[in-house]
Amino acid sequence: MNATHPDSSKNAKSTIALSKPGPNGGISDRLQVIANGGSVPAEIHPAILDEDSVLDIRNFRLWYGEAQALFDINLSIPRGKVTAMIGPSGCGKSTLLRSVNRLNDLIDSVRITGDMILNGRSIYEPSVDVIELRKRMGMVFQKSNPFPMSIYENVIYPLRIDGERSHGVLDEVCERSLRGAALWEEVKDRLHESALGLSGGQQQRLCIARAISAEPDVLLMDEPCSALDPLATNKIEDLIDQLKGDYTILIVTHNMQQAARTSDYTAFMYLGHVVEYGPTETLFQKPLLQETQDYVTGRFG
Amino acid sequence: MIPTAAKDKPLNDSPTNADPTAPQRRAQRSTSSLLAYGEPMLWLTGGALTICLVMIIGLLVLIFYQGVSTFWPAPLVQITTIEDRTFMGEVTREEIFAPAETVFTQLAPEVAEQARRTVAANDGTAHRWLVRIGNFELTGDHFNWFSDFMIRDERRPEWAVTVERLSWGRFYGIPAAFLVDGAVVVDTSAQAWQRYKAHHGEIRKRWRQRRHLETHAIGKLNRQEEAARLDMRTALLEHGPDSARYAAARERLETVQRKSEIETAQLREQINALNTENSRYQLRLVTADGQEKNLALEEIVRAFPANRLSVTEKTAIYLSRWWEFFTDDPREANSEGGVFPAIFGTVVMTLVMSLAVVPFGVLAALYLREYAKAGPLISAVRIAINNLAGVPSIVFGVFGLGFFCYFVGGTIDQLFFSAKLPSPTYGTGGILWASLTLALLTLPVVIVATEEALAAVPGSMREGSYACGASKWQTIKRIVLPRAMPGIMTGMILAMARGAGEVAPLMLVGAVKLAPELPVDGIFPFLHPERSFMHLGFHIFDLGFQSQNSEAAKPMVFTTTLLLIVIIASLNLGAVLLRNRLRKKFASGVF
Repeated sequence: MNATHPDSSKNAKSTIALSKPGPNGGISDRLQVIANGGSVPAEIHPAILDEDSVLDIRNFRLWYGEAQALFDINLSIPRGKVTAMIGPSGCGKSTLLRSVNRLNDLIDSVRITGDMILNGRSIYEPSVDVIELRKRMGMVFQKSNPFPMSIYENVIYPLRIDGERSHGVLDEVCERSLRGAALWEEVKDRLHESALGLSGGQQQRLCIARAISAEPDVLLMDEPCSALDPLATNKIEDLIDQLKGDYTILIVTHNMQQAARTSDYTAFMYLGHVVEYGPTETLFQKPLLQETQDYVTGRFG
Repeated sequence: MIPTAAKDKPLNDSPTNADPTAPQRRAQRSTSSLLAYGEPMLWLTGGALTICLVMIIGLLVLIFYQGVSTFWPAPLVQITTIEDRTFMGEVTREEIFAPAETVFTQLAPEVAEQARRTVAANDGTAHRWLVRIGNFELTGDHFNWFSDFMIRDERRPEWAVTVERLSWGRFYGIPAAFLVDGAVVVDTSAQAWQRYKAHHGEIRKRWRQRRHLETHAIGKLNRQEEAARLDMRTALLEHGPDSARYAAARERLETVQRKSEIETAQLREQINALNTENSRYQLRLVTADGQEKNLALEEIVRAFPANRLSVTEKTAIYLSRWWEFFTDDPREANSEGGVFPAIFGTVVMTLVMSLAVVPFGVLAALYLREYAKAGPLISAVRIAINNLAGVPSIVFGVFGLGFFCYFVGGTIDQLFFSAKLPSPTYGTGGILWASLTLALLTLPVVIVATEEALAAVPGSMREGSYACGASKWQTIKRIVLPRAMPGIMTGMILAMARGAGEVAPLMLVGAVKLAPELPVDGIFPFLHPERSFMHLGFHIFDLGFQSQNSEAAKPMVFTTTLLLIVIIASLNLGAVLLRNRLRKKFASGVF
């Protein structure tokens, strides 16, 4: 943890000299600097700049108490695409994802600087209504978390809390969302049974249905398949493929193949820094950095 | 040593690893200490549980046996002692004892010698029976001990009758004659008994009619008069003695008084007529020692020839005693009759207490767990709440008396019932104050249980709700509370069990020895939260320790205890069923 301590940056070695891959050092140079508390600018592929971005993350930093977890994150998330975040455990992927819908606000010790711009408007301005903001984003968690109520009520929960009462609207949204989450055929006959009676994979798809029922701008997925078996994982990945285009999807994953299969863009993070960010194909085939190459081929991490 | 054992044990015990051809590894196993395998702990924990169960079941069996057998009609025994005195009564219990020398010196010398020989032949011990001899107005005793060496003769007279009366306790005797208007009509036991049976039903009916007139009709007149008097007092206090309103109210009171005087006189006439008719019939009984006693049939609640009863008749008497116990008011300083007001008071008080404590406790726990920022202050509050659970209940009683009865009740009296002062309305113990005091007492139970239930709601569910754009209150209302509801119900069950069984604070805030007026009845305004009430727990204490005739009250202690346990158990059962229904609603069948 001391590596990420803000004070340790004083002891950092040169931050400029090592910004390019060393001729003989290879894998560890950049990452070594980061581990020692230094900072290196992220390698951002120019292809991203051509895309229409829905979310801009600007100089975003985050601390848990005294410990800094995110360092100068600058990312722009393209509209209607799937963007994956990969990196070893504890690199801040989930923290970054939870910062997008300000779920980190619930933790008292969190401090942030910098900003995120969603559709041209800041997320972190004091005047922002967090509840309104979260309604524009859907989130799917690592572990499925259906509510202790019926399948129907689970799906329309976001509308319920908005005070929607029309049965016509609710029924329609429920069916559309469940179809969107490829769950309709399996549950249409038992919509009013407890959601806790579904299997793990069904529960996760139910959570996706819930996340898309309010038609969010951005869908956040925090390792949605890590607790699922390969079959259920396949279904969810197919689903992500179907959803892209309609929704901007930001997905955190530990699974390199999953990132390669499902995403259009990929950001590689390490200890709270973005190391490289670019189109998934390029990042996995011929990344700019040796470090990324080493990570995606499994030589470290 | 211990790690080896820990590693070896699963290998030895696991059936999948056992190779049938491999030799048993006894040698190695014997090197591990017994303690490492934990066998002694198994015996220790199992033994502790067994002891607990034995104690609890033993207590329950004792209460159940004693409580259930109380109402079974006992045969009557006539005993003649070696001193030539004759007694008759029911044997209530027996024991073996070693008589002291003083027992013999009190006897006449010639019988003392015989008694000494009997005891000596029995290794210096003797058997003795406690006999309920009744007839208090004649003997001055309710009970008497009879030792075996004192008894010369013992038999069961055919016509011996047990009489349960409205006052003076039980009477035991043999019917000698039946009297109408003071004249003997028949003079044999069998005929007198026939006549008794023929007349007793209608006389009891007239008696009930009279009681109804006294309590309801006259009570209604009294209430009207009281209301008019209160109106007058209010007018006096608000408008002064010279005002027109006061004069009008006074006029009204006088009208009401005149009217009620006439009506009361009419009612008295009816009552007197009933009384006169009833007092015509008497049953003459002869006691074991030859004394005669005329009992008015009106005074007799129940009488039966104890030694002539068939099993069916005994069962009928047994059931009728239970019925009386459940539905009637107590009599004879609570040692006879029923406990209906106490049952009613206990149930109403427990329900009102639950209604008060659950919302408060849940709200407090919600703030503590969901809204308050963790810190030293919140920790201190938590510790204080837990300590509150350890405060002696009598302290709550004192607080309830001071705060609820005197302060809150006194203020209410000042504001709304000033006409009745100085006699208090709310400013004294009552069922409302008792319920609130017990609510305070059981508050920690509810808060702690609710907090635990709230803490057990997974954080992922809350996050899911927040991520959907729910506010904190929406999350609590729609996700947290429903999910925590079974746990909250558990808290309520614990609170009810604790509150229904509590006695000490109730003595200060409203439970009384006798309160035939129920806190809920058909008289406007139907709910009377200011009334004092009877409580089964207090009733048990009163029977067991405050009764003049404690030996006679003893069986009732067991019966009442049994009843209280049954009531608490059924209240709990109701709450448990409710909780299980809720649980089923959120039943998780994930895998």
